[in-house]
Parts: sequence; structure tokens; C-alpha cells
Amino acid sequence: MTSSDAPKDPTTENGELELLSFRVGESEYSVDIMSVREIRGWTRATSLPHAPHYVRGVINLRGAVLPVIDLALRLGLDVTEPTERNVIIVIDVDGRSIGLRVDAVSDILSFASTDLQPPPDMAADRSHAFVSALTILDGRMIRILDLAAVVPDTHDVAA
Amino acid sequence: MSLEILAVDDSRTMRDMLRLTLADAGMTTHLAEDGEHGLEVLSGITPDAIITDINMPRMDGFGFINAVRAQEGYRNVPILVLTTESSADLKTRAREAGATGWIVKPFDPEKLVRALHMVAG
Amino acid sequence: MSDAMQEIRASFFVECEELLESLQDGLQAMQDGATDTETVNIVFRAVHSIKGGAGAFGLDQLVMFAHSFETVMDELRAGRITADDNLLALFFQCGDLLLDLVRAARDDTELSEDQLAPVLKQLGEAVDLEPEDEEVDPAEFTPMALSLDLPGLDDMADLAEVGPPATPRYHIRFSPQHDLYTSGNEPLFLLRALRDFGQAQITCVVGDVPLIDKYDQAQNLLTWNIELESDVGEDMIREVFDFVDGLCKLSIEPMPQTGTDVLAPTLPDLDPPSAEDALPPLDTAPVDPAEPDPPAPEAETTEPAPPSKPASATTESGKSGGNSTAPKPTVRVDLERIDRLVNLVGELVINQSMLSQSVALSGLSGNSQIAAGLDEFQQLTRDIQDSVMMIRAQPVKSLFQRMARIVRESASDVGKTVRLRTEGESTEIDKTVIERLADPLTHMIRNAVDHGLESTEKRLEAGKPAEGRVNLTASHRSGRVVIEVSDDGGGINRPKVKSIAEEKGLIPPDQTMSDSDIDNLLFMPGFSTASEISNLSGRGVGMDVVKNAISSLGGRITIVSDPGKGTTFSISLPLTLAVLDGMVVRVGTETLVVPLSAISETLSLRAGDSRTLGPNTQVVPVRDSFVPLIDLGTELGYIAPRESYEGAIVLLISQENGDRAAMVVDAIEDQRQVVIKGLQDSYGHVPGVAAATILGDGQIALILDPIDLLTNASGRSRTETAPSAEPETAEVHP
Repeated sequence: MTSSDAPKDPTTENGELELLSFRVGESEYSVDIMSVREIRGWTRATSLPHAPHYVRGVINLRGAVLPVIDLALRLGLDVTEPTERNVIIVIDVDGRSIGLRVDAVSDILSFASTDLQPPPDMAADRSHAFVSALTILDGRMIRILDLAAVVPDTHDVAA
Repeated sequence: MSLEILAVDDSRTMRDMLRLTLADAGMTTHLAEDGEHGLEVLSGITPDAIITDINMPRMDGFGFINAVRAQEGYRNVPILVLTTESSADLKTRAREAGATGWIVKPFDPEKLVRALHMVAG
Repeated sequence: MSDAMQEIRASFFVECEELLESLQDGLQAMQDGATDTETVNIVFRAVHSIKGGAGAFGLDQLVMFAHSFETVMDELRAGRITADDNLLALFFQCGDLLLDLVRAARDDTELSEDQLAPVLKQLGEAVDLEPEDEEVDPAEFTPMALSLDLPGLDDMADLAEVGPPATPRYHIRFSPQHDLYTSGNEPLFLLRALRDFGQAQITCVVGDVPLIDKYDQAQNLLTWNIELESDVGEDMIREVFDFVDGLCKLSIEPMPQTGTDVLAPTLPDLDPPSAEDALPPLDTAPVDPAEPDPPAPEAETTEPAPPSKPASATTESGKSGGNSTAPKPTVRVDLERIDRLVNLVGELVINQSMLSQSVALSGLSGNSQIAAGLDEFQQLTRDIQDSVMMIRAQPVKSLFQRMARIVRESASDVGKTVRLRTEGESTEIDKTVIERLADPLTHMIRNAVDHGLESTEKRLEAGKPAEGRVNLTASHRSGRVVIEVSDDGGGINRPKVKSIAEEKGLIPPDQTMSDSDIDNLLFMPGFSTASEISNLSGRGVGMDVVKNAISSLGGRITIVSDPGKGTTFSISLPLTLAVLDGMVVRVGTETLVVPLSAISETLSLRAGDSRTLGPNTQVVPVRDSFVPLIDLGTELGYIAPRESYEGAIVLLISQENGDRAAMVVDAIEDQRQVVIKGLQDSYGHVPGVAAATILGDGQIALILDPIDLLTNASGRSRTETAPSAEPETAEVHP
């Protein structure tokens, strides 16, 4: 499993990089397509007591228990209640599967890794802590998520 | 013509290895896990040769060979003793018990097959 | 190594574990006084079989150690030494070391010489033999020793390389004695084997055979002369006659090469074949050893051997595999396959309940045929599930044997004499439970030896036998497995425990506590009774870790202690980690499952039933006592505390120590078996939650851990586990 490591620092990758881009609120984010396992429609999550606020709960993914993170909550953006039109992007991070609730999936984008640039140093902006690189496409800024940072590890959530 | 062999050993590993070795040599193998079991299996087959361990629960190799030799049909069936002990003493004892030959464990598969051909054709 | 060999190797290590188990049994029996030959034999055979298999896989260190061990066992078997306490202790140590060696070999490593040396030395001393002398069995090299009788051979080989390449020739004279035939050997096959080596000219001397009426079987009548041209070497030729050594007259002599002048003069030490042997006498007839009738009249030169194996060898090998007589009606199955089956059956159970629910929703359950079919389906599903779970079940015996070792080691570390008695070794429990029980149980056993039992002096003072007792028992009790560790030590020193807890600030000073409350202080994080840290149990790991490990298995641990008489720890475990009988309840908008085993009864509260005891504490009367009220919805953070508990549904939860609590839920929906899905791997531990399951509607429901919830609900944990406590630092990634 190396795909999960790829998005941490995509700029070191040579050649083409394929990204799945999606909308969270008014912003556009993306993840390395290699770490995406599947995309599925929103279903009600079973909430977990004492979980961090951005953990929506767990859903049944074909018999497996899948924790779902609300990306808007995680990134500190304006949050809307989940609707039928929302989707859950199932990603693999370090061998674990996690669902990310986003507003909608937009596109699959191809970049040369040289087109990526490191995020500006804006420590004050919480949402930037989760961005590993940026790129511009047709005047839109595409943020590439640092999945390892987005997903809490099991020790952090364990009380 | 493929040889039909009865192999008696209480160690599963050894039985597995015997089965593999003999199957590779195109022989048909019957397995038993001690002397008594060997006699049971023997009642339903007519092997060209028998390989037996010595130290086994219930009925050991010597007892087994004696019991086999006591049967009219098996007075001359080749019996190889399989043992880790290779002392001259053991060979004498094996022969006294009525064994045809002996194979020292861990056995060299080729040597075992050669030995079987030597006693059973 | 071929795949087949790899498989056998893997199964060898499994067999080793079984052999070591019977070895332990045997040693235990010997320690309990068994002196019969069979018991000693069992131990001997176990070591012997391990050595045999290890040899086959070239596990030299294992072979070497097993051999030394076996040598001493053999002396014992032969009655040349006796199994006194010292020797038995050494044997136990050897058994432990053998297990370590097997495990090391399995992991492709070896133990260090330092680990083996002391035991090897003791083994050597036990039989008064230098271990080195034991290593090499000269008899194994018999063929080489024989070849030394022909010193000229080496010279010949050297010269052969110098001279023109020519195939060595041998003259072999072979006359079987009567014993050869009765031993089951057959000259024909030996001759065939020789012929397979190369060009063989075989003649049979039949002149001595009398007419049939004078034929005496017991006489040695036939002699074969063989001229063999082959480069297999003399060792191989001698090997052919290995089994008939002593049962025949045999001479094997190298012959001068035909057409080469080089070798002949250089073999002065070897007797040239006599003229009589070299030239077939008038009354000899060459034989084709392939013919079953040796004195065949046709004179015919033997030809190079045909392929000795029929062309159909490969297909026969397939067939022979199928023909093998299975020694036992068992199969060894990859654990992954079983786990896959367990998962699939889990899916089946979920699917079955989803189907039942759909049928009920669509109003079809009135149809008796459908209802009956569904009932049958449910029964079958449950039967399949039970059967599958049984595949994973294993007796606790292997676990108990490991504990026997722990007792021996701990006892010798602290200088106490301890006897372990085990009971219920055949009790079966899920394999995973057994594996995950090893660490906590090890800790408990060490605790019992180290802290539970008094020193020998104190025991004698108290009028107890010097030898301390630790009992380890397993039994089935109402659908669960109960494992008990008890000792006949001094019992829990309650005043001391309490004062330590006070010192450490675990409890407020001068609090009135029941005996059982004090005993349970042992399970509090950071508690250790040993005033000085001992080598064994004082490694900073307390009973709280044991308790957590047991809880994570869905188990409970309780203590009963009798001052002066001893302490008993009881672990109660579910039979399987895969399914659970649960009560499905609704709390707010969430559906939860409460393990049935935790619920003693359900009640419905009437007006005025709940009384306020403190700012956050309410109690309800249950028969003649008051039980604290826990509102599950608030406890889990789902809903705000309710105004009134009138009409509320309450589950009465009983802990194994007798403590009870009344847990308020909104509704009881169902009572059924659910498939356990771990949360630990995908998410992590959630306080008060044991696991999750998937309900008939496909939604996930959490399975509560009521005891954990109650333990943490007493106000203390609420602050610790408050939501949104995620530290900002966790989000900073360089």
C-alpha cells in the first residue's frame, strides 16, 4: 500500500498526477485518485458518543463499519446539514478506510506534478493545516488535501 | 507398475514427508499412525513394501513387524525400518525383528526411493 | 523448498506444538508420581519426533538440543537414571527451551548459545557424558568406513582423472545365504538396481543346485557374478547391498579398465579377480535379472537399463495422493478461510434478519407458508452460525500449559515452591479469545505467585504447607466461559490496599468502603500493592491493564478474597467474539444493542419512583434497595436530561461484583442475536461502547458495554471524556 502515502506530498511524484476534485461549501478541494476507494451517496450515520465533533458517525459499507468525517466541520468551514445530494468519498489512509462527507464531487483532473506548489504559510487559517499543495486550473484554486492530517488516528479519538 | 507402499509413523510431519516422497516417485501410499493402525490398514491392502517407524505409541515398530511376519501372506513382504537411530545395534535388532532394511531419519528422499526399489522392485 | 515442502514444514511446527503439549502432560504426570514406561515413552517420543522432523528441515540447533534431551530421556527409559525432582525440573526446563527453539526455528532464527549452554551442560551432567561425544553417530557413516578398507581406491580415482576418460569397472560376487530370503530381501531387485547403474554382465552359477527332490532351502546355493561398468562409485554399489550385509557373501572389487594400460599396473594392492571368476565357467548361464526366473537358459548380454519408472509416473502420483489412507478424519484449514466463512455467515445472519424485516413490513408475515419458511431459514442460519463458530473453538489446554511454565519461572524467580493445579483444560473457547487471554492471564499468574502466595517462612508460620498452590480452572457457565485463578495465599491485605489507595489519592481518606470495594481498588489505574517493585509483576503494569484486556474481549473480572486463605480472580468470557445475544433499544433517535448477559431485568418506572440523592444523582427503588439511575441518552450525549422519569423504561444492569444500576432507555424494540463488528480497527475505542453491529435495516447500531459505561459514569469520567476535547496540536503537521 503506497497509494495512501502519495497525497502527503504529491510534489515529489514524477509525471502526471490524477486528482479527484470535490466541493466543500464554496471551496474546491481534491485528493489523489489513487487513495479513493469509492464514492457513494449519503446515508444516515450512526453517531458515536464522545467522538470529536467532526466525526459524523459510522455507516455500513457492505458489512464493514466505516467512520465518516464531515469535511466541512473538519476544515472549519460553514456547515450545512447533510442532504441526499451529498456524497461520501471512501478513502484509504494508512490501510484504514474512512469516509469523507463532501457536498459534491466535481471532476477528475490531471496535472503535471511540477504544476503543484506548496501552500502559503497561513498558520492562522485552520483549513490550511490540511492542505499539502495548491494548483491553479482555469483560474480556480484547487487545494490538495493532506489526508493523513484530516483523519484522526485511533489514538487521538480514543478517550 | 507402480509400487504400493504402507508407511507407518506416529509423526504427522514424517507421514506427510513420506507421502510426498512416495507420491513423487509414482508410488501409491497408505498411511498409518502406529502399529495397531498399521495392521488395520494392512487388512485391506496388499502392499509391495512396508515402511515403519520404531518408536510409536500403542504398538511399536518391532511389535508391528512381528505381527506382520506372523501373517501367512506377509512372511516375505519387504519391511523397511525408519529410525533416527543408526547404530549397528539397531540394525541387528531390526533384522532380528524381521525387517528387510532400514532408513535413517531424516531420510534422503532419493535414497528412500532407491531402497524401496531395491527391496520391492 | 517446494510448496509442498513448505506446507509440510508449516504443519511440522503445528505438530511440534502438539508434541510439546503431550510432553508437558507426560512431565506433569511424572511429577505427579507416574513412573510407568508409557509415560516416559510419551515424553521420549515427543522429543524424538521433534528431532526427526527438525532433521528433515535442516533445523540444526533444534536437532542438536532435541538429541541431547533425548539422550537423557533414553537413559531414563532404560532405567539407568531415575527421575528425581532435580531431573524433572531439568526436563521441564528442557521442555520450555524446546518450545522456544521450535518457535525460533519457525521464525527462521535460532536461540543464542548462552540460552542453551547451561541446560546442555546439565543434560550432559545428568548422564555423565560429554554432550559433544553424543553428537556424531559413527554408524551413520558406515559406507564411508567400509570404503577405507580399500586404500588403493583413492589413488585410482586420482589416476583416472589423468588418464583417458574410462568408466570404472567392478567385479561383484554375490552369494545370498538363506537368511537373506527370509528377511524379505530379493536378489533379483538388487541385481536390477546394479543394472540400473550402467552396463552389467550378470551370470549365475547354477552348478551347485541339486535336483528338486534334494533341494534344501536352507542352503546357500546360488552365486551371481556381476561385471559392472558404471561411474556411480563404489559407495553406491555397496549401498545396494547395505540391507543384506551379513546375509550373503559379497565381494566388490574394482577391475582393470579394458583397453587402458594406465591403470592396471597401478593397482598392486588389489587382488586381481581370479580366473575362475573372470571367465564364466562352463556351467554358468548369463541371466537377465529382469526375468523373474534367474536361471534362464538363454545366454544374453544384459543391456543398459530401461527407464526404471513407467512413463505414467506423474499421473500415478496424483492418484496415489488420493489413495493415501487418511490417518485421522481431520483437516487443517487456513485460519483466513475460516474467518472468511465466519464473516460470510455474519452477513447471512444480517441478511436473514433484513429479509424477515422486509417480509414483516410488507405484511406478508400473515402468510403461514412464508412465516414457516422464514422460521426455518432463521433456525438454519443460527445452526450454521453455531457450527461455524465451533470451528474456531479450541480447548484452553495450550493456554494452561503456557501458564504452567509461567508458574515455574515465577516461582524460581521469587524463590517459592509452587504447585499449579489445572482443571477443565478441555473447555473450548474462541481461538482469538485464547490468544488474547495469554497476556492478562500471564500477569495474573505472576501476581498470584509473587503477591498472592506468602513466602515459605510465612506459610510455615501460618501452619500452611510450604508449597504454595495456584489453581487455574476453566468451565462453561450459562453460555460463558469462566476462568479462575486462585491461590492459597494470605488473601488481600485490605487495610494496606486502602491506605495505598489513599496515599495515591485514588480515594478520599477515611471513606467507608465494603470489602469488595476495597478489593476492586486493585483494578484502578496506577495501583500496585507491592511496596517494593519486584522483578515479576512490578513492571508498571497493574491489574487495570488486565481488566482492560479482559473487557476488550467482552469479559468481566471479579475478585473474591478470604483473609489468610487466599484470593480468587474470576474471568467470565463470551464463547465467541463473533455474535452476541442482545436487547435492541431506542435512545432518542439512535438504536443501540445492550448485551443480554448484562441485563438482569427490565422495569417501567412509576411516578415518584426516582429520588434525587445529589445534584447529579438519582436513585430508584428496586425491591428493598436503591439503585442509581443512569440516563443512557444523556450519558452518551444524545439527548438532554429529561424532566421526569415517570413511565421511563429501565434496564437493570448487574455487575459481577453485585453492583447494580438502572439504565433509562426510551423503548425496547427487540431481543435477538447480533453479529459483532469491531470498532477498534476502523475507528478506535469509544467509552461505554463494546462494538457495533448491523441491524436488519442496514443501519449500524452500537453495542453498549454497560459495565464500562457505569464505571465511567460516576462523574469522574464525564470530564475526561467530554466531547470536542481534541487537542489543537494533533492537527499540526509539519
